[in-house]
Amino acid sequence: MPIKLKQEQDINHYIRALADEKGHEKAELIPILHEINAELGYISDDAIKALSEQMKIPTSQIYSVVTFYRMLSNEPRGRHVIQFCESAPCHVAGGRKVLLKLQEELGLTQGETSQDDKWTLITTSCLGICGVGPVMIIDHDIYGNVTPDQVPEILSHYD
Amino acid sequence: MKSTRSMVLVSADPESMDRGALDVFTELQKQIIEFGLEEEIALSMVNDISKPGFVPLVLVYPDAVIYGPIKPGDVHQIVEEHLYKGRVVEEKQISPYNLSGRIAWLSARKGTLPAENRIVLKNVGVIDPEDISDYIIHDGYQALGTVLNDLTPEETIALIKKSGLRGRGGAGFPTGLKWQFVNTAKGEKKYVICNADESEPGTFKDRLVLEGDPHAIIEAMLISAYAVGADEGIVYIRGEYGLAISRIKIAIEQARNFGLLGKNIFDTAFNFDLHIHAGAGAYICGEETALIESIEGNRGEPRSRPPYPTTAGLWQKPTLVNNVETLANIPAIIRNGAEWFQSIGTDSSPGTKVFTILGNVNVTGLIEVPMGITLREVISIYAKGMKNGANFKLAQTGGSSGSIIPSSLQDIPMDFDSYKKAGVSLGSGALLIANDEVCVVDLVKVLLNFFRNESCGKCYPCRIATPRAYEILTNISEGIGTMHDLDILLTMSKHLVELSLCGLGQTAGSPLKDFLTHFRAEVEAHIKLKVCPAGVCPMSGRRTY
Repeated sequence: MPIKLKQEQDINHYIRALADEKGHEKAELIPILHEINAELGYISDDAIKALSEQMKIPTSQIYSVVTFYRMLSNEPRGRHVIQFCESAPCHVAGGRKVLLKLQEELGLTQGETSQDDKWTLITTSCLGICGVGPVMIIDHDIYGNVTPDQVPEILSHYD
Repeated sequence: MKSTRSMVLVSADPESMDRGALDVFTELQKQIIEFGLEEEIALSMVNDISKPGFVPLVLVYPDAVIYGPIKPGDVHQIVEEHLYKGRVVEEKQISPYNLSGRIAWLSARKGTLPAENRIVLKNVGVIDPEDISDYIIHDGYQALGTVLNDLTPEETIALIKKSGLRGRGGAGFPTGLKWQFVNTAKGEKKYVICNADESEPGTFKDRLVLEGDPHAIIEAMLISAYAVGADEGIVYIRGEYGLAISRIKIAIEQARNFGLLGKNIFDTAFNFDLHIHAGAGAYICGEETALIESIEGNRGEPRSRPPYPTTAGLWQKPTLVNNVETLANIPAIIRNGAEWFQSIGTDSSPGTKVFTILGNVNVTGLIEVPMGITLREVISIYAKGMKNGANFKLAQTGGSSGSIIPSSLQDIPMDFDSYKKAGVSLGSGALLIANDEVCVVDLVKVLLNFFRNESCGKCYPCRIATPRAYEILTNISEGIGTMHDLDILLTMSKHLVELSLCGLGQTAGSPLKDFLTHFRAEVEAHIKLKVCPAGVCPMSGRRTY
């Protein structure tokens, strides 16, 4: 995911426009955070501060919401985010071996981002694609019935 | 819609195959077509049912008649007499003494047809979900017209109550009663919410309905809104379901253009509008009060009850929250009547249930069958038996929030009450079927890992017990558990069930109890012998967390 806006000023401007478009009610907080997360790749402290001013919600509250939900991130992530399902149906279908292979190939454990900012590996609860477990999602691409042998080939599609 | 009148099963264990089961099957196929019955009769092979020397067997549902041993030459008579004319061929029936215990249970199933019967999934895969006209051609919005023009809100509620429909989210609360609570709650402004935050591991039924038949949900929400007196609705869809979100968006837009959402719907005084709220990734938001908190822009932490959402829900207004599968039943009930719905399934749990079949079986996927089917039937008929002929060890029902069902309980009818009586729960309808290669300690460890990640942290029993139980289970799986640990797990289980604020914590306790009730020997082997009988646990002798 590209990080387009880095300057604090840009972020302020972007967030003001976003809040004006969506509305300043608290019910819009999570939809707005979704947008920011998609746009910036993560929700930075600067973004939280700017949003707090726009929506008149304390930064502590926004921070608590951001850190609560799995799809929102408070930390920068790699260009490609790998979500690996670790729930029981994928586990029973052989998911553990695939995860070990992934960790070995990437040199990462769950939650880590690689030095070159290419990969972030996260394990997640059920993704709702259980009929074809083990399942992983890279960015928006879904892979089902994954075997350990397929892992290197799948990873090679991304640069 | 495919409706099956009878179902014929042919035994397919190695001995049956040796004695010509395949020829019998082919002959049945041929004869069924010759009599023109192929639309009405489903034919399949099942493993694991015969007793040596009396095979192959032919089973006919719903009569639960068992014929055997059958040769291809007998097939014509069975098809003509039984399937075509409806008369049981007495002389070909097998004596009960020659049946293995494995299918003695079948005779108790007389009159029930475990064949697929699609109500919830009727349109899924049949209509174009992005075209409202296609839905309308398939009886769409007809039920809404009936309700708005011919029924009062109270009559609508009475109809749903009479149908006996129970919530399909997992708890099985009577839907009509819930509607009545919201209807009679004081307040001008009321909301209806569709709970589409389907995050239960192994469950994806709601996603298929949302993706395949989005207008059914909109129609059902309109009907429920009319019945309870609400003018605003929200579909809360989990954020990961991108396709479902876009399909519902399109459907809402189209319904609005057709005047089915907005003001004066069908030229009546009824107004209703609908929007989507996408979740942000939190299992707990499937709990209705957490879901409401999430819509309000907060952390998804459940509220203390009472008051229940039916009196003080979204923005403290009376709110009706229904699961996708529950709603998908509503238009069909209005169109066909309460009696029709009651005729399907069991007395206490009418209707069908969508099950997702997963794990070590030959065929995984999704079925919609009448309530009351047994696990054994699901495995042998729909899952086509265990993969590689392995033994069935256990099933985990309902994602993480169900129960661990050992093989000794596989013949209990799957409906809310029968399961409750057996001390287990149906959950959301996921059936994770496991063979002997699955270790219960490892499985429960995975479940507790899930709960420890998904616990919202609001109440102590859940916040403290789920990680601690995970640590203890990890120790057991590493061969450093003690017998005292098992007592601690049982105490934790009790505390979780009795003291947690919401369903997450309450159900987190059940696998801890289940696996010690049904598989204690296997767990003790990890502790006393330092051996994992299934060969799954690492048993490193070290603490790893």
